[in-house]
Amino acid sequence: MTQSSASSVRDSSHVLETHDLRAYYRMKYFGIDREVRAVDGISMHVRKNEIYGIAGESSCGKTTFIKAIAAAIRPPLEIVAGHVNYSFIKNDLYALPAAERSAIRWRHLSYILQGSMNVLNPVRRIHKTFQDFAFRHMRLGRPEFDQAVKHHLERLRLPAEILRAYPHELSGGMRQRVCIALATLCKPEFIIADEPTTALDVVVQKDVLAMIRETQSEFGSSMIFVTHDLTVHANVTDRLGIMYAGKLVEEGRTVDVFANPMHPYTAHLIASLPKIGDTQPRSALSGSPPNLADPPKGCRFHPRCPVAMEICRHENPALTTLADDHRVACFAASTKVQPSNDGMQGEAKTLEVAR
Amino acid sequence: MTTPLLNLDKVSKLYKRGGLLGREEFRAVEEVTFHIDDNDQQVFTIIGESGSGKTTLARMILNMVRPTTGTIFFKGQDLASIRSGRARLKFMSEVQPIFQNPFEAFNPLKRVDRYLYMTAKSFTGARSSAELEAAADQALNKVGLSIGEVRGRFPHELSGGQLQRVAIARALIPGPSLIVADEPVSMVDASLRMSIVNLFRTLRDELKVSIIYITHDLATAYYISDRIIIMRKGEVVESGPARIVLENPQHEYSRLLKSAVLSPDPHGHGVLTGDSAASQQARASPHLQVSSSEPQVS
Amino acid sequence: MIAVFRDLFRYNGEFAIGFMIMAIILSIAAASFFSPYEPIDSYLVAMDAPPSAEYVFGTNSRGQDIFWQLTFALRNTLAFGFIVAFISRILSLVIGLVSGYVGGAVDRVLMSINDTFIVIPLFPLLVLLYFVLRDDMTWFVLALVMAGLGWAYDARLIRSVMISLRTREFTNTSVFSGMSMPKIVTQEHLPYVLPIVFSTFMNNMNWSIGLEVTLAVLGFTDVDTPTIGGMIFWANQHSAMVSGIWWWYFFPTLFVTLTFIGLFLLSISMNEYIDPRSRLDRMGNS
Repeated sequence: MTQSSASSVRDSSHVLETHDLRAYYRMKYFGIDREVRAVDGISMHVRKNEIYGIAGESSCGKTTFIKAIAAAIRPPLEIVAGHVNYSFIKNDLYALPAAERSAIRWRHLSYILQGSMNVLNPVRRIHKTFQDFAFRHMRLGRPEFDQAVKHHLERLRLPAEILRAYPHELSGGMRQRVCIALATLCKPEFIIADEPTTALDVVVQKDVLAMIRETQSEFGSSMIFVTHDLTVHANVTDRLGIMYAGKLVEEGRTVDVFANPMHPYTAHLIASLPKIGDTQPRSALSGSPPNLADPPKGCRFHPRCPVAMEICRHENPALTTLADDHRVACFAASTKVQPSNDGMQGEAKTLEVAR
Repeated sequence: MTTPLLNLDKVSKLYKRGGLLGREEFRAVEEVTFHIDDNDQQVFTIIGESGSGKTTLARMILNMVRPTTGTIFFKGQDLASIRSGRARLKFMSEVQPIFQNPFEAFNPLKRVDRYLYMTAKSFTGARSSAELEAAADQALNKVGLSIGEVRGRFPHELSGGQLQRVAIARALIPGPSLIVADEPVSMVDASLRMSIVNLFRTLRDELKVSIIYITHDLATAYYISDRIIIMRKGEVVESGPARIVLENPQHEYSRLLKSAVLSPDPHGHGVLTGDSAASQQARASPHLQVSSSEPQVS
Repeated sequence: MIAVFRDLFRYNGEFAIGFMIMAIILSIAAASFFSPYEPIDSYLVAMDAPPSAEYVFGTNSRGQDIFWQLTFALRNTLAFGFIVAFISRILSLVIGLVSGYVGGAVDRVLMSINDTFIVIPLFPLLVLLYFVLRDDMTWFVLALVMAGLGWAYDARLIRSVMISLRTREFTNTSVFSGMSMPKIVTQEHLPYVLPIVFSTFMNNMNWSIGLEVTLAVLGFTDVDTPTIGGMIFWANQHSAMVSGIWWWYFFPTLFVTLTFIGLFLLSISMNEYIDPRSRLDRMGNS
């Protein structure tokens, strides 16, 4: 595994690696002392030219995780331990001085957010927004920059007239497409998409998702796609990671996870997806997601788990490779499958049992 | 023929925008007509995207908004004739809402059980705190919760799924005949969603409550609906029994909606790009500007 | 409640400082009940004596001990500010709540009245009133007048909060729970409105005290009842600046400034604490 001198990732085929990342909210005021373990030891990687999906319900920590990898941390959120390494930075992300960190934004690392109005300035025309975001990164003269923007929009099949419009003059779907164009203009290596289609109507959602996939394959960026909607993951992502209570409980190729979900939580999520043409009753999981300030001892899922064993109450299962490119953190699943011994495919190996 | 439970007769809602010069008219709901029979408990689903008028329609049925033209009859009574406080209370004892965002439906600064006690006090004969608690507990049991789980809790201490179930329990306390649920599961997590959707089935079958279920999600609509109407830009474009409409939609818009629904089978990503071209073509056709009602630049 | 104050004191520097300042001011004002001298009597002690062990703040040209004068002055000034703020808060609250919740024609009428009160120039009006009422303008009457003028700005503020609350979904839930409008407004909406009422209370006190001092210095109030402004008025009458009797100006000014600062610090720190968003943060809703 060669290591390029200007890159901090251990495997050159990876764009992002996190190693035991922990990010907690620490709140200490007016006499309250609370630590919410939103991201509690996540080690994963994203390869070049792939879309990695993160699924999980609310308060599982996925939003905090993205904040952590984008260096968008503000108190009371703190990085408590772990590393975030990108292929385009030579050090750990947090070892970088702040000025360099903001220099990588947009040029190497961009994002597509849930509400397009969180990104687009309502009082600036679209072409000005493009200037605001990307001009200094492209290092072109003004006329060349405008040409590049027009050319980019053409490539994405967006009409050039939108440049002169204000955001409120466009429909929600069109705005989100503009955000995608904005995020891909500098051809970054890594794009973070946080629920980009959740607020959109069904018809528009399909088009926007198609655009995201086309754009990703055209420019070859890697992407982390966060949404709670598993049907979207099924149709868009290459690999899928399921988060629960601040930890990664299952991860693998999307087809594999859907065909053979090994963690009981994943299995339940997939089984409970309704489909047109199917009125078979679906069961629901009892209980609700744990409080991250006071998670259950042992495996965090055990109070709701249909196959919980004695060991699950005391020990936290580690994320183990149980099949080809398929990791699971579950004692029940591990006892069914022998962990693969030959999995030297640049994967993170069995981590220590966390306590 | 018995009086239908709910009868809408050419109901329209018009909003006027703009100042003295250049007033614009916005037709939120356009001539909607349908009825729900009284002795036939059902889940009646209204499907529509944003800007289709479904929420406005829901609010008119709940008597929160007055229709501009047309009439809404509940058990034979014209809603416009409900004026006095007592008449309003009587109406509310029969028709109750469930809102989309469970965290907004309750005051974040107040405890959740309070609303249960208030409702019990206003609509049942319960007076003492023991009676109120019993009434609340009874309703909570119907939705799979108990008073011990929610006593003294603030909204943020419960999950979206639990809160929505408390909202349903609260709506059940007066013993209504009709519940209007406006996108009740769209803000609830996937793993908790089905428990609420299953609950609607129980409400219909065991508690004999009719439910108007408003959603944009065709999959859950297919799962529990009996009848369906599909709305677009304020008009009803298709209606009929749920399975028939969803398995074999007739109207172009209904077909477009159905084709846009993502399937949870990950066959591969070619599915998306192929359809993108088809729906782009469909968008080019002047009849089918189906995005939200804001003007588009294109 | 006690826990609230204790938490605030320990963790919020502004509150601690503001609290201590106001404690000092209040204790001085309370000392007025133990004064050996009547407040309006004059020529009781040696005149124009500088601050010393015997006369802590010195004496003035009217033969009054400045310290004891100050105790009465602070007491009256604080009471004045309190009454104005209290009455005008009630007016703001009622008008803002009714206007915001009921809306329609009632709202338009009330807001027209409101805006009229906002644009009235207060100072000339008060001067005019003084000339009309003369001796009948006791400080209590002045307090009532100012209360009647000082509600308009905040009524609009409360009204906008009410309008936004009225459209929130939990208001609908309350309606369908069978609650009546007054009950909804007082139980559901008031917790959002109270922070505004509270912080504007302090601001209103500051405003009214400031205006009263201005009027008194110019002699447009009842200068027999000792107030801070009154003391400065008398100092001007006796040309104390020219005579070099600086202590006559210094101590009233110092203490009224401290009062302003104390009230201000209390208002901003309590406001941050009561504000619903920070309350939600503390309850764990991130």
